[in-house]
Amino acid sequence: MLQLFLKNGLVAKTTMTKEKREIIIFLIFTLAVLITPFFLRGSYFLNVLVFIGINTMLAVALNLLLGYAGQISLGHAAFFGLGAYVSGVLTTRFGLDPWLALVIAAAVSGVLAFIIGFPILKLKGHYLAMATLGFGIIMFIIFNETVAVTGGPSGLSGIPNIQISSLIFDNDWSNYYLIWTITLLVMLLSINLSQSRIGRALRAIADSEVAARVMGVNARLLKVQIFTVSAVISAMAGSLYAHTMTFISPASFGFNFSIELVTMVIIGGLGSIYGSFLGAAILTILPEFLRILQDFDIIVYGLMLIIMTMYLPGGLISGLEQIAGFIGSKIKSRGGSHA
Amino acid sequence: MLRLDGITKIFGGLTALEAVSLEVKKGSITGVIGPNGAGKTTLFNIVTGLYTQTSGEVYLAEKNISRLATESLAALGLVRTFQNVELFGQMTVLENVMVGLHTKSRSGVISCAFKLPRQIKEEKYIKEKALNWLEFTGLTAEAGNTANNLPFGKGRLLEIARTMAAEPQLILMDEPAAGLNDMETAQMAGLIYKIWESGITVVLVEHNMDLVMDICDSIIVLNLGKKLAEGTPREIQENPAVIAAYLGEG
Repeated sequence: MLQLFLKNGLVAKTTMTKEKREIIIFLIFTLAVLITPFFLRGSYFLNVLVFIGINTMLAVALNLLLGYAGQISLGHAAFFGLGAYVSGVLTTRFGLDPWLALVIAAAVSGVLAFIIGFPILKLKGHYLAMATLGFGIIMFIIFNETVAVTGGPSGLSGIPNIQISSLIFDNDWSNYYLIWTITLLVMLLSINLSQSRIGRALRAIADSEVAARVMGVNARLLKVQIFTVSAVISAMAGSLYAHTMTFISPASFGFNFSIELVTMVIIGGLGSIYGSFLGAAILTILPEFLRILQDFDIIVYGLMLIIMTMYLPGGLISGLEQIAGFIGSKIKSRGGSHA
Repeated sequence: MLRLDGITKIFGGLTALEAVSLEVKKGSITGVIGPNGAGKTTLFNIVTGLYTQTSGEVYLAEKNISRLATESLAALGLVRTFQNVELFGQMTVLENVMVGLHTKSRSGVISCAFKLPRQIKEEKYIKEKALNWLEFTGLTAEAGNTANNLPFGKGRLLEIARTMAAEPQLILMDEPAAGLNDMETAQMAGLIYKIWESGITVVLVEHNMDLVMDICDSIIVLNLGKKLAEGTPREIQENPAVIAAYLGEG
């Protein structure tokens, strides 16, 4: 009895420290985000970091669906684009405040995801991939062809910057802090969600949908819910993108970008929020080095995906964890041999 | 506790179950036996809503559950285990049991994302309860391990811990002793007995006759989709029709 009690206590204690470690990691990450601009010279790097922030939001959003619930979407760029266009059109043509436009963009995207989620998420595997792919293509065609509203292939310009009273987010510094504040918030909420009963239910669906349902998890509704959450975050990222770039065109929201998002999530690590940041960072920086390859850069992504799924299915974040664990055990064993 | 009324299931041209009616008494351990292909697992799949019957009704404590979705049954007190053990393989042993408490908690997407006070309290409750069920099944030491890394026998125990976490009235066990060695089977028998003692009705499909005869107080025999016999273990052992079905006629 005493032994059992001790064992229980031990388990409770290790899970306690796990929670604390989570908080510490997040605080360190936040601190790093806050001070990074002070070590950079020139606006080029800041600009890249702004893009990393936006892509991190998108990768986290897709990861909730793909990494946790195990449901693929090959059309997530559509929600990103929808957020950007709703926000862009409402502010340029109707003079709405960018914040209000952002909220409406997120809501529109969420409602659309909720409605199409019920029929689409009934599908599994390849069929789901095809359906989401189709959705992405349809949305891309709409962005392209409704010239009167979106400006068509030549894009939509003159989108106003976001403003908080007299503070206008129109330079790299202010944009950096605006984007990253929201990115950090999205990451924190996603981490919370992933560690809750909802996060566990999602992972249960990914592992065995039938067993999850037997345990009372309403798999169908939960999949639609997380699809909706994912679409809302993606649309927010789209809206922020529109207001920081002030110009958008359909080319940014096509099939290629949907695939890039999937690549970010897989390379970074399925089911890891920090992994999504890592994947987003790598796929944002890499193109800067791959310019020399022009359109052939997609081959590099393809190769990376193949190599990752073959040799590091947990993504880069699991590789980092393995390295950290290896170093940790080395230090421990060295300390042990000295003592 | 559970009543089946004229259940028929036809797959294409194949009649898997034909007008099967049976009743499981509250507080019993009922065994469902029969040769391979008798329709035992099909019966479980119909009761748990994974298959829809061609005709017939299923009642749980007088409530007609024939048309209810699988996910709504756990909250009504009906859960099951699987012949091939359906664990959440990538999750830890503790997390597997915590999913079992899904119907015992309410927090939605918003309150989980924002870690509202009620959700934090609920999370603590879930963890505490889950640890209790690990202790009940003797899996405390495995709490932090990934479910996929468990040996098969412990996987079976984990599946039972997870179903117990839903605090059911009725558990359906699909071949709980399949793949277990003699010692593990004896432990499983002990655990089933312990579950029964806590007031839960148990129905099990099983091929291990020693186990069935040992722990069941009522047995239903299926053969070729029809109910062949039912009664106490002794009655079943002496029933000529059952003997013929198992050993072949003539």
